[in-house]
Amino acid sequence: MNPVVEVVDNSFIFIVAISVLLLVGITIAMIYFVFRYSEKNNPKPDQSITGNTTLEVVWTVIPLLLVMAMFFYGYIGFRDIRNIPPDAMVVKVTGRMWVWSFEYENKKKSDTLLYLPVGRNVKFELSSADVVHSFYVPAFRVKEDCVPNRTNYMWFHTSQEGTYDVFCAEYCGMNHSYMLGKVIVITEKEFLEWVRVPDTLKTDTLKTTTTSVVAPMTGEVKADTSKTAGDKKDTIKTNTKDTLLRRENK
Amino acid sequence: MTDTLAAHEGSYLEYEGRHKGILGWVLSTDHKRIGLLYLSAIMVFFFVAMTLGVMMRLEMLTPGETIMKPQTYNSIFTLHGVIMVFLFIIPAIPAVFGNFIMPIQIGAKDVAFPRLNLFSWYLYMTGATLAIISLFTGGGAADTGWTFYVPYSIRSAQNVSFTTLAAFVLGFSTIVTGLNFIVTIHRMRAPGMTWFRMPLFAWGLYATSWIQVLATPVIGITLFLIILERLLGVGVFDPALGGDPILYQHMFWIYSHPAVYIMILPAMGVVSEILPTFARKDIFGYKQIAISSLGIALIGYLVWGHHMFVSGMSDTARIVFSLLTFLVAIPTGVKIFNWVATLYKGSIKFSAPLYYVLAFIFIFSIGGLTGLVLGALATDIHVTDTYFVVAHFHYVMFGGMGIMFFATMHFWFPKMFGKMYNEKIAVIACTIIIVGFNILYFPMFIMGYMGMPRRYYDYLPHLQGWHILSTVGSWILVAGIVFMFGNLLYALLKGPKAARNPWGGTTLEWRVSSPPTVENFDEIPVVTGGPYVHDKPTYIMQPSKELVHENGDKLKGETLKAH
Ligand SMILES: [Cu+2]
Ligand SMILES: [Cu+2]
Repeated sequence: MNPVVEVVDNSFIFIVAISVLLLVGITIAMIYFVFRYSEKNNPKPDQSITGNTTLEVVWTVIPLLLVMAMFFYGYIGFRDIRNIPPDAMVVKVTGRMWVWSFEYENKKKSDTLLYLPVGRNVKFELSSADVVHSFYVPAFRVKEDCVPNRTNYMWFHTSQEGTYDVFCAEYCGMNHSYMLGKVIVITEKEFLEWVRVPDTLKTDTLKTTTTSVVAPMTGEVKADTSKTAGDKKDTIKTNTKDTLLRRENK
Repeated sequence: MTDTLAAHEGSYLEYEGRHKGILGWVLSTDHKRIGLLYLSAIMVFFFVAMTLGVMMRLEMLTPGETIMKPQTYNSIFTLHGVIMVFLFIIPAIPAVFGNFIMPIQIGAKDVAFPRLNLFSWYLYMTGATLAIISLFTGGGAADTGWTFYVPYSIRSAQNVSFTTLAAFVLGFSTIVTGLNFIVTIHRMRAPGMTWFRMPLFAWGLYATSWIQVLATPVIGITLFLIILERLLGVGVFDPALGGDPILYQHMFWIYSHPAVYIMILPAMGVVSEILPTFARKDIFGYKQIAISSLGIALIGYLVWGHHMFVSGMSDTARIVFSLLTFLVAIPTGVKIFNWVATLYKGSIKFSAPLYYVLAFIFIFSIGGLTGLVLGALATDIHVTDTYFVVAHFHYVMFGGMGIMFFATMHFWFPKMFGKMYNEKIAVIACTIIIVGFNILYFPMFIMGYMGMPRRYYDYLPHLQGWHILSTVGSWILVAGIVFMFGNLLYALLKGPKAARNPWGGTTLEWRVSSPPTVENFDEIPVVTGGPYVHDKPTYIMQPSKELVHENGDKLKGETLKAH
């Protein structure tokens, strides 16, 4: 089991459980009072009740303790999310409208599909070529923004073989919802074979200049140059290209 | 008997001063007429933004294209957000009911600066007009989201400059209104109305006004800088020119987080008016509720960073902001507990406004409690920027401020228009709203935890069931809202006359006629006790007469002290 997933889900359950108790308590008390002290059942209101210091202290201190526990739980999980194991392999992730590109330690590059060996800790160095994106892999409960001109990081543990969805979670323009990808966790052996071959993917199916689109109905990844590349020009101001070029020339 | 006569003759609705007809309204400096000017404009924008919301939900009915293209969808969610936030949620309760009711509640004839008040309505209309112009000029409606995050907002070819300019101008309107309320509350309270005899609605407005005055300039400057970036490329935020996009996010949220308290504090103030009125007893923990408004305003200032837990902000900052965010939950909790306790041993008259408030407490509690999931670091990183957040803030903003706006309408409707509506229909409409609301927004919590990012035009097919449910909820909700407003509209035209005090309220606005006269009071009243005392009078409405005719010692001492 992935330790980060576990700690996030547990904090979630912890917070939701307390919240449900509070919500049920508040709602039941409210509804009970409305019936029990209705005009009919209680014709004379008790005007002497205007407050109660003990109660005020109780419902300040107990919630304070509860939320501090929640904070602490969240903080513990956060430590796990942020502390990168020293043995982690590094993958550079670059977001650009509207495609993900990955660069492995041996400089091999791929687009949209992120191949990773099973049972490894992977650190991601996140950046962006244009606007703010956010690299989000729900199955691993992590995301972090990709901000131009700076490198953010995150990590996760590839506990199980399989294919996992990647989303862009920070709104980035027209095809934000098509800025998708897949994390494909394969065996160490398969991965080594794949990563050794220099840039096969790039020439085969996906070019760095191609915008990849996950076909909405099937969830399959395919390259769709015509639609997105054409639309792209419409939404980005002409000077964008210049700014981008200037950056890349540096 | 004489009261009804006087009320009818001098009603602010029928008054004709220097100007007649429509001019008598758009040039009026009467706080009540200005309140209604705001109300009419705000209702139009509410229905526009609601329609946009319904269109978004229609688009999400099926994966891929349902009724529109991605570019249109992006503009629509931006407009939905901008209009709802800047033209409805922020001004609605303060500008409409704050203007109308608050001066009467504190025993004043008007706000401190009546002309400035009218000016702020014109600023509001100017901002609104700019927003409308932005739709039809340049590249068309902005597509940045209401958050205008850079660098996208600098690069978008859409008409972002106009939209931000609109928000900039609207900001001024908010600041002016806030300033006016602060001075009004400080200087215009009736004799004897000490701070702790002030109605809690006025307290809520007071806390809100301070946030408006202190925080709004920050968003003004920030949005103005975006315009400068777009026109001149000054490079404050644009990383391509050495600027810092994270700086933008800080500046944006330094305003926009406290802004959620601008949105909710006045609404909370109305809750504290409605509960003691229908429970027929004093509010529980008056001081705690009053002070907690200030507490929320103060701590609310320091928690903006919780919107940026995945932005790349330092880990230390994330931890500090998370801690502070949890602290702001405390004064909010205190309010809720005190409200529920107010019902204890009351003699509760079940009525439409009360029913809306009960709906508010339930829905807003869900909103507040799910906020804890977003405040905790580990869970926020997973659910931020997903539908979980969308659900959370609709529970807080719509379920909080929106439902309370409806409650407020029903509570003060008889006072404002002197007409009564059908309470049964109001209760049925509210039930439909509660059901529709939860079917619309609750599935979003689930989709969010499943990893559905927000502001997505398209989605993976396994989520379709939840999306369909949510869209159906939007239809139910809209049906309820239309039903509710239809009922009020009918009452406005054909409703029976409302009494001066139909609910048995204890604050000053229930002591004046329905609708109030132009001057509100024949004579400035003298206040002799708290705002929610049900078993003895706490106001002397005509001090000059009553002091002569009555020789009660209890009044004399108080009155003298007050002067
Ligand atoms: Cu994106
Ligand atoms: Cu916030």
